[in-house]
Amino acid sequence: MDALVDTERNLTAAAASQVKVVARNVNVHYGDKHALKDVSIDIPANAVTAFIGPSGCGKSTFLRCINRMNDTIPIARVTGAIEIDGQDIYDRRLDVVQLRARVGMVFQKPNPFPKSVYENVAYGPRIHGMAGNKADLDEVVIGSLKRAGLFEEVKDRLNDPGTGLSGGQQQRLCIARAIAVGPEVILMDEPCSALDPIATAKIEELMDELRENFTIVIVTHSMQQAARVSQRTAFFHLGVLVEEGPTEKIFTTPQDRRTQDYITGRFG
Amino acid sequence: MSDHIAKAFDVDLHDLNRMVAEMGGLAEKEISDSVQALVRRDSDLARKVIATDPTIDALQLEIEEKSTLTIARRQPMAVDLREIVGALRVANDLERIGDLAKNIAKRVLATASEEFPSQKLIRGLEHMTSLVLSRLKQVLDAYAARDLASALVVWKSDDEIDAMCTSLFRELFTYMLEDPRNITFCIHLMFCAKNIERMGDHATNIAETVHYMIEGHPITGPRPKGDTTTFEMAPARG
Ligand SMILES: Nc1ncnc2c1ncn2[C@@H]1O[C@H](COP(=O)(O)OP(=O)(O)OP(=O)(O)O)[C@@H](O)[C@H]1O
Ligand SMILES: [Mg+2]
Repeated sequence: MDALVDTERNLTAAAASQVKVVARNVNVHYGDKHALKDVSIDIPANAVTAFIGPSGCGKSTFLRCINRMNDTIPIARVTGAIEIDGQDIYDRRLDVVQLRARVGMVFQKPNPFPKSVYENVAYGPRIHGMAGNKADLDEVVIGSLKRAGLFEEVKDRLNDPGTGLSGGQQQRLCIARAIAVGPEVILMDEPCSALDPIATAKIEELMDELRENFTIVIVTHSMQQAARVSQRTAFFHLGVLVEEGPTEKIFTTPQDRRTQDYITGRFG
Repeated sequence: MSDHIAKAFDVDLHDLNRMVAEMGGLAEKEISDSVQALVRRDSDLARKVIATDPTIDALQLEIEEKSTLTIARRQPMAVDLREIVGALRVANDLERIGDLAKNIAKRVLATASEEFPSQKLIRGLEHMTSLVLSRLKQVLDAYAARDLASALVVWKSDDEIDAMCTSLFRELFTYMLEDPRNITFCIHLMFCAKNIERMGDHATNIAETVHYMIEGHPITGPRPKGDTTTFEMAPARG
């Protein structure tokens, strides 16, 4: 009896801190440049993990490893292992298009397609054959716009061009586009750096809601943003993952001198 | 503390430290003046102590304003945030010390015509005060130098003052039993002794703040306690 209770407790604990992405000894070279050095990290499911660090330290490089975006850069060479739910994503047999549906990405500059608001969101589900008919597609598009907190603002102009929205609306449109294909992981590379404080607050609020269903990794240059939205924070410096841990710990009592110097604005 | 990329931030933190140091100097002076006024039955000195208190209050306010402004402007993290929280906490303790000194000074005025029942009592009060003063000085130096070891020495020595307070109380009881005419003055003295002991507690608080600033977490373990006088403070008249 006791043993059974114990097992249940263990299972619950495991579920609460379930690891979604595992990276081991990841190295990235751009030609001769060793941009990422032996990075190993566990990224938990249903949490926001923030990557911080000075410009050029390899945050975006590592983010791009998680959905194999570096494959599109001819001089980039990636070694090491990355698994999502235990599956090696660098396995040759793996379909990269499928992978990118599972691991969505949102960029610094909102980049809606030059199409209507509706088409921007419908595009992904359509090419992945995820919606059988118009009614299904409508449901996916409207559902995604709602989850991205954008629907109320655009419901009367679904057929207007996405590029006609404000910057903050465009970014939420890109998030709607990313979640429309039902990803498991969403990577965001400085998603708010072009947005005003109100639009930023909306995206941050959105991340907090989305993490219930997704695993979110965000690169940000704003310490305050990382402190506000993330549960875990990883600090990179010169291609090395220096320190990683619960966000409140990293921002109150970091263990490494380099982390402390960076977050308190002391880096020369 | 220094060497931020934003030099103005260093200046802000430096200013905060300077204001706390200034407050500390004033608080030390208020302690010794108030007890001097008490043992010498010096009403002029007591009035001076009372007149100085608003300066300490104003400094605390200034530290609070500077702190909130710095937090809003710099959004400090980690050690920097603890620097500011530390300054706020130390300023708060120093302001309380000022109030306690003022309270003693008011009792000096309220009991101007009374004489001490014994020299021994005076020496006891003076001894306790010099101990509190040396602890306050040491902890303020530890604060300024961010010296954890020194702050911990202060933290561990609180029971000494508490024990002295307890023994003074016993003595005061004896005088009250001896002659009921002593009672009013002795009760005032009890409050004064308790005030001095409270000042020692604030020095202990400051030691805890220094620990928090350096280590990022509170001191664990109970405070050393040698005090058996549970005695709630009543406001002084006048
Ligand atoms: N496509 C590329 N070709 C060559 N070198 C690259 C390429 N992308 C990145 N690098 C180099 O790799 C290193 C890490 O770059 P990365 O973009 O990952 O940094 P980052 O931490 O995201 O910086 P930022 O905060 O400025 O976005 C840098 O030195 C950069 O110059
Ligand atoms: Mg980048």
